[in-house]
Amino acid sequence: MKEIVVLSGKGGTGKTSIVGSLAALAERKVLADCDVDAADLHLLLKPRLKQETEFWSGQVAHIDPEKCTQCGLCQDLCRFDAIRDFRVDPVSCEGCGFCSHICPAEAITMKENLSGHWFISDTRYGPLVHARLGIAQENSGKLVAQVRQQARKIAEEKNLGYIISDGPPGIGCPVISSLSGASLALLVTEPTLSGIHDLERVLSVCHHFGIPAVVCINKYDLNEDNTRQIEGYCTSQKVSVAARIPFDNTVTEAIVRGVPVVEYSDGRVSQEIKRLWDGISAIIRNGGRGL
Amino acid sequence: MIISVASGKGGTGKTLVSTNLALSLKNSHKVTLLDCDVEEPNAHVFLKPALTSSEAVFVPVPRIDEEKCTRCGKCAEVCAYNAIAVTKQKVLIFPQLCHGCGACSYLCPEKAISEEPREIGVVEMGQADGLEFIHGKLTVGEAMAPPIIRRVKQQENNEGTVIIDIPPGTSCPVVEAVKGSDFCLLVTEPTPFGLNDLILAVETMRELDIPCGIVLNRAGVGDAGVEEYCRKENIPILLTIPLDTEIARLYSKGVPLVEGMPEWKNSFRKLFDRIKEIVDERNRSIKR
Repeated sequence: MKEIVVLSGKGGTGKTSIVGSLAALAERKVLADCDVDAADLHLLLKPRLKQETEFWSGQVAHIDPEKCTQCGLCQDLCRFDAIRDFRVDPVSCEGCGFCSHICPAEAITMKENLSGHWFISDTRYGPLVHARLGIAQENSGKLVAQVRQQARKIAEEKNLGYIISDGPPGIGCPVISSLSGASLALLVTEPTLSGIHDLERVLSVCHHFGIPAVVCINKYDLNEDNTRQIEGYCTSQKVSVAARIPFDNTVTEAIVRGVPVVEYSDGRVSQEIKRLWDGISAIIRNGGRGL
Repeated sequence: MIISVASGKGGTGKTLVSTNLALSLKNSHKVTLLDCDVEEPNAHVFLKPALTSSEAVFVPVPRIDEEKCTRCGKCAEVCAYNAIAVTKQKVLIFPQLCHGCGACSYLCPEKAISEEPREIGVVEMGQADGLEFIHGKLTVGEAMAPPIIRRVKQQENNEGTVIIDIPPGTSCPVVEAVKGSDFCLLVTEPTPFGLNDLILAVETMRELDIPCGIVLNRAGVGDAGVEEYCRKENIPILLTIPLDTEIARLYSKGVPLVEGMPEWKNSFRKLFDRIKEIVDERNRSIKR
């Protein structure tokens, strides 16, 4: 079983539109939405919810005002400025529990924190594992790990060939959690200076963790000089550019209709995404050769 | 006044709005721009600041004095992040998991744990054409953005107008970057993805009790869902930027909109005036 994670560094380059289309093109796969902060893949795949599970992760300190002697030790020692006026700010609390260990009055207890939900759904493209992190919650990396673990379980049970994951933007905790141990990272970029800058950083993360990567340049015709610059950069990094998708309004129209663009139109964008999937699946069949 | 520029969804135009707002105000105000998207900072691409100083950001991680350590296991027991494991022979530290809370060193009965700094990123400061500029950069391969965001915000002395470019999403880096703001501009686009993530962003700001208003970018594509939502929730749309190939072209080249199309300066100044009215009104009503 092979796991393909779609990342971009910069947000809004088209990860979800591409994953939605790969969902329609690939056979025998599980889909995973690892962007647990702001998940959008369900808007294209129209899941029918089968199972919803609470995600309890981390803890938050709670001070019992009856026991608290207002000695102030917890406030002095908390490195996250989470305690003020002998009250815990749950948003700032990182759940380390230091305060609960040192409180001389034993007034502080740690309470388990409901930090989100994860879901297993059916879609007409196959099973989807997705999640929703609670508002302003921590531990997005752990929720991502949970989503991937469930996706792997389903793939093993049903003997499916692929896990295709829609990753989060950035390069930090949830990205690392989405990427570690994956078979291939598909990096979606756009020909803007910001897109190029962010591609370089996310590709460095792939190198850092030893994950092979291929690049897809979306809206390549927005600035063809920049597209050539990206291609030159990819050549220098020995990373192949698997597709160049033109800018086309059908992508937005498909989002509005709530369908993958390859099912909405048979135009240039869809043709190129099909070519992208053929390229990726060939690379994977060759065991990563040809990268 | 601190104005944050955020969005649930990435790539909606946060950096476009934050940099152009800053550039439009710099002649009349003292303006500081903080780029708190430390995973993928981009404001420097447009502002091209002359960076004059930089500081490494460290998190403290434990170091065990093997001679004093009795392998009692207290440190591993108190560590909430599983960053310490104690075997019969040795104490293992996993620095990437450590949040630097300090519990292990404080609570070690043998005083065998000291803390040593581990670098996870950098904060850089400078000036860009009359603006004060500060950004942070998370080191590639590191997971924890919040300590760097905290340091970026500590560099700023809350004088004049502070504009903060916030990372995408709704989780801890966003909360760290946005808290303490007087106002949050939420940049979105008129698509179901934009709307879905806008709703999450609005819920986040409500949770943090920060007033917000909308910048609708790439208007003209998509559908009317965002506008209907804003009307229903009584959230003002303060600026509309159309889908325009010239705007996209300038952006792709790293040219600020207000330099390539100076007529936009006035729109950003009006945006600022409206934000100021909302914040002043809110402050007055809090006093009452």
